[in-house]
Amino acid sequence: MKKIDPGRITPEHIYLNRRQLITGMGALAAASLLGACASPRGPEATPSAGATSTSPGTPIPTGESERLGGRLTPLEDVAGYNNFYEFTLSKTKVAELAEDFETSPWQVEVGGMVRNPTVFGLQDIGAFEQEERIYRMRCVEAWSMVIPWRGFPLSALLETVEPTAEAKFVRFETLADPTQMPGLKSNVLDWPYVEGLRVDEAMHDLTLLATGLYGKDLPPQNGAPVRLVVPWKYGFKSIKSIVKIELMAEMPVSSWMEAGPNEYGFYANVNPDVPHPRWSQATERVIGTGERRKTELFNGYQEEVAHLYEGMDLEENF
Amino acid sequence: MDRKTARPIALVIHVGAWIPLATLAWMAWQGHLGPVPVAVATRLLGRYALTLLLLSLVPTAVRIIFGLHAAVRFRRPLGLYAFFYAMLHVLAFVGLDYRLALDLIIVAVLQSRRELVGLAAFAILMVLALTSIPGLVKRLGKTWKRIHLSVYLAASLVVLHAIWNYKELRAWPLFAGAALILLLIVRLPPVSSQLRRWRRSEAKRPS
Repeated sequence: MKKIDPGRITPEHIYLNRRQLITGMGALAAASLLGACASPRGPEATPSAGATSTSPGTPIPTGESERLGGRLTPLEDVAGYNNFYEFTLSKTKVAELAEDFETSPWQVEVGGMVRNPTVFGLQDIGAFEQEERIYRMRCVEAWSMVIPWRGFPLSALLETVEPTAEAKFVRFETLADPTQMPGLKSNVLDWPYVEGLRVDEAMHDLTLLATGLYGKDLPPQNGAPVRLVVPWKYGFKSIKSIVKIELMAEMPVSSWMEAGPNEYGFYANVNPDVPHPRWSQATERVIGTGERRKTELFNGYQEEVAHLYEGMDLEENF
Repeated sequence: MDRKTARPIALVIHVGAWIPLATLAWMAWQGHLGPVPVAVATRLLGRYALTLLLLSLVPTAVRIIFGLHAAVRFRRPLGLYAFFYAMLHVLAFVGLDYRLALDLIIVAVLQSRRELVGLAAFAILMVLALTSIPGLVKRLGKTWKRIHLSVYLAASLVVLHAIWNYKELRAWPLFAGAALILLLIVRLPPVSSQLRRWRRSEAKRPS
């Protein structure tokens, strides 16, 4: 675990009032999880979900500042700049169109190659121990945000359904309800939206099922009521508003793989050295700051995830 | 076309060409450009450039279809305004988006088909703008005409640049592409001579 050195708090944080400092400390406790992936879910490291009240503009906890840099992306940007094609292709119009999105009741059907196929209701999902995690989200469109999520590791859910030994992949599906989602009329993608992970990726502790952000339930435009967050992969892998999770032996074909097999691969790991066929991935626009930063391999989570891809050609397996 | 008709059209062009920039500046000033103001401003400047570039091809089409030779005088201001917006678009990309970080810009351009075609189009437009100086037009004669035919190449590259800007196919760049194809078809020698022949026989027909 990284040691916290108060001397590293940058001068621009000095203006913070006491309350912000305190909430910053709360977030720090949450973020210390990240540095401690070897023993990630020890009871001492888990902050109570109710105690997290990270507010926009909070400085990134020092333990994570090296990785995440700067500040959390303001809530208005996190909730106002979204890719959610089921509603619209316009990133700034999703919030309005998704305003009345019905997320209760909600069911997530988990099945396929598992011993205990289960249908999880909202309460069942809320019953998993929730924690706060601050991740950078890097979109394939070359922008990024730093978001304080609330959620629980996907592995916790998968463990309860007990995948069989033959299960090698996980397939996820987003709700496709034409009465609520006007974007489904467009045929840019084949609905429902599908994503997938290898089982070892799905079981990785960084892989989160998020139910909230900034200490509150997920806004609809961010994938309410439950979404995936895979911080070392491009944002489109972090599928929203999940209704179905299926364990399978074969690699599932994701919606983007189907739409552009030469441009979007199954892995979609963030990699500055493997450009999108039409644009560079070397840098990214940091939303809310007007600045650009250099993109990092695996979005900065190399230490935690590089071993998953040992011996693999990352250019071929894009 | 006499001077009386030409003047209001020229006025519309000169006033109209500044309206998008004024609106954009106002929106930026008011903070109405959304969560990614630099990206939005850059994209809008590019969109205005392509729109004006397509409009600059309209006078030639009007001349061919309607025999209105005077329409050609509007090509130059429209083309120069298109270049003006293209320049602002490039300046926004280099100065506001990349903040003059040359190393990053070079990587971005070399790794990106989208930026490469955009850069090529801008280079062509720059040559066209520089050779639009009135004295040069006469001095270059036929060479000028040949050089300026490359505006169709530049416009095609810009349309590609716009199409490649999105993960999926979007309506606006495809619409611009369709408009360009129509304007280009009118220019093709077999089509334009056929159009001229029709116009002449139409004029000769007793009424």
